[in-house]
Amino acid sequence: MTGQQLIISGVGGQGILFLTRILAETAIGQGMPVMTSETHGMAQRGGVVISHLKAGEFSSPLVRPGRADGLIAMKEENVAIHRHFLRPGGWIVVNAKAAPADLDGHPVHAIDADLLALELGNPQSLNLILLGFSLARLAASGNLFCTADQVIGTIERRLAEKGKLRDASLAALRLGMENAAG
Amino acid sequence: MSERMLLLGNEAMAHGLVEAGCNVVASYPGTPASEILSGVAQWQARYRLPMHVEWAVNEKVALEIAYAASQAGLRAATAMKQVGLNVASDPFMSAAYLGVKGGFLVISADDPGPHSSQTEQDSRLMALSAKVPVLDPDSPEQARELVKIGFELSEAFEIPVMLRPTTRVCHANQDILPGPVTPSDRTAVFEKNPSRWAATPKFRHRLHLELEEKLAKIAAWEPTAPRLLNPAAPARRAIVASGVAAAHARDVLHDLGLWETLPLWQVVQPYPLHSSFVATILEQYDEILVLEETTGVMELQFADRYRVKGKRSGFVPEVGELSPELIEGLIASFAGIDAPETPAPSAEGGRRPTLCPGCPHRASFYAIKRAAPKGIFPSDIGCYTLGINLGGVDTVLCMGAAVSQAAGFYHAHKLGGVVPDIVATIGDSTFFHAGIPPLIDAVVQDARFVLVILDNATTAMTGNQPTPALGWGAGGVPTATVDMEGLVKACGVKFCKVGRPGNLSAFTDLMKEAVAFARTEGLAVVIARQPCVVDRTFKGDRPPRRKAAISDACNGCRYCTTQFECPALVYDEEEKRVVIDTLICTDCGVCIDVCPRLAIEEVGQ
Ligand code: SF4
Ligand code: SF4
Repeated sequence: MTGQQLIISGVGGQGILFLTRILAETAIGQGMPVMTSETHGMAQRGGVVISHLKAGEFSSPLVRPGRADGLIAMKEENVAIHRHFLRPGGWIVVNAKAAPADLDGHPVHAIDADLLALELGNPQSLNLILLGFSLARLAASGNLFCTADQVIGTIERRLAEKGKLRDASLAALRLGMENAAG
Repeated sequence: MSERMLLLGNEAMAHGLVEAGCNVVASYPGTPASEILSGVAQWQARYRLPMHVEWAVNEKVALEIAYAASQAGLRAATAMKQVGLNVASDPFMSAAYLGVKGGFLVISADDPGPHSSQTEQDSRLMALSAKVPVLDPDSPEQARELVKIGFELSEAFEIPVMLRPTTRVCHANQDILPGPVTPSDRTAVFEKNPSRWAATPKFRHRLHLELEEKLAKIAAWEPTAPRLLNPAAPARRAIVASGVAAAHARDVLHDLGLWETLPLWQVVQPYPLHSSFVATILEQYDEILVLEETTGVMELQFADRYRVKGKRSGFVPEVGELSPELIEGLIASFAGIDAPETPAPSAEGGRRPTLCPGCPHRASFYAIKRAAPKGIFPSDIGCYTLGINLGGVDTVLCMGAAVSQAAGFYHAHKLGGVVPDIVATIGDSTFFHAGIPPLIDAVVQDARFVLVILDNATTAMTGNQPTPALGWGAGGVPTATVDMEGLVKACGVKFCKVGRPGNLSAFTDLMKEAVAFARTEGLAVVIARQPCVVDRTFKGDRPPRRKAAISDACNGCRYCTTQFECPALVYDEEEKRVVIDTLICTDCGVCIDVCPRLAIEEVGQ
């Protein structure tokens, strides 16, 4: 894969910046140029937030509507708000109890990450549960520019000095991966 | 550092500052500029650099502190958001005339959109009006590079230089190979020269002439000259772009198959536009498309505009961000080809922002509304602007205006003989920034209202920077403190009491007392003191937890979700009652005192 454009969307407070950063650092680890664009300010207080991620040869930090290869939605309602960024056939990963219907043929992968985060007793782990799930569902088929192992490597490097946080992050990522079967 | 690393635009500029041996940096937080100074503090610590790095009380003070360092021969910078530059415009305009010694960089971050600002104003227009050269980066990497070029420019012509990134540069991340950091070996030497540094109007005239001479030379300075980005095929038309619009245009030209045929000129110094460029570009091409944010600053400088397509001609929108999809449409139409269709969102909007679950401001606004149900509620800039969702915010103008507007409402209504209750809200950081002069004015003019200082021990909206009351500064270094109550009393306020809003019934009583005082005696100040729930820098004790649960007594009246609006209180459409979202509830327990049916119960700590 030469380049990939992703949209990561949710509401303020769900840890979108961290998820985006982990993916972007993984891209750097693979020698890919990378650009992301983040939402800061007022919207971070529970409003709609969006990150754009472009790995490969790009100049602009923003994904144009109709160009994204994938959408990771941390809230079900965000699928409707940001789905127009997807190219035809672009995939959707969504945190929802059941996969939403009528998605114009976009392949969709749903996981109830809220429930898993509660079970884990760590509300902050939502983002990494969703990331683990995305990797397990999409990386093997070449639909994501990086693999789970590469992301694990990034987390280990990034949180090397924060043992507890690293372990919790990896546990969340693995929980998401384990729930990707079927 | 020799590895590519992911840097936020603001961190990249911060690295540029330490690479350039900058000695003094001062800033006041404001989206999208806030991480510049925290970035500098981070690099300063990492490389152990002898620098003065500070969160100043406001942008004017920040600019003046950095400017004085420059007058003493050091390299200095100040960083702020565009509306912060309004606050700092007085010294900014004057410094242009006086010039500088050490390199002096004013970073003013614009927010086309706007995403998190009161206006879409273009700082480049402020630079033009101050007669200060301005650089306009297209990416984090270019922003880092232009910091260094900016210092060279500043020192070559003894002039302040503005660097104007936008949100899409400040809050983009990019893989960057940072350059080497060599600690500065400069020491401050202030050379007295009163006829320059304290110039009287007579001398200012001469300084103005000198400034014009400098600008003419800067308009021919090679390192910042416009750059042709693509192969120079002979063409009838060309694009002239600056800032992130140039980055969008680059990708769009590739995607539309126009890279080889439609020349793209990138302007990194939109003011003063290089004079030879202005002269030749219109000879070279029949037509040019000018892409820039937000105002047509480059466009203004083309003497002969009839072959220019831009904002003045109505071809490019004057309002809003130039998104890449918009630029795609503009370029396609300029080139006379069809633009690919842009899919539209299938749903608009989504959740509106709201105060965090457990935010003390929510309790404050709830109490204010109970104490003065028919009041006028001037407010200010910060998270608490979101008190608008609770009906506790009627006006938001600019930093500090809550206090002066409350006074203005009082004087205006007093003329008619009937004065309503007026309860103004202002954050702690905003109070220090711009709330003190209007408080003095209100006391002197006997304006009667209640001012609630929402003291959550941080500058929350912009990412929890310190305030002057906390005793620590940029990078966590210890500082002296200022006592808020003492300050309020010293302004002549007779009623100044502190309460904890999370203690809802006692706080509501305090608010009622203050409202009664304002009706009969004079100005009352209530300090609503309770820490921000997301502030990881907070060092004191947090209020006790009170775990809430909703009993079967809930009849689904939705009073709590509409009047108190905690996002953790969710109306369940199927059950026809309210439930608590335990994933985000902070166990603040305030809702227990809100439910009129007492259906929200305390179930432990
Ligand atoms: S960040 Fe702090 S001040 Fe801002 S809404 Fe959340 S709790 Fe309130
Ligand atoms: S205790 Fe009540 S008010 Fe506090 S966060 Fe939870 S639901 Fe919201």
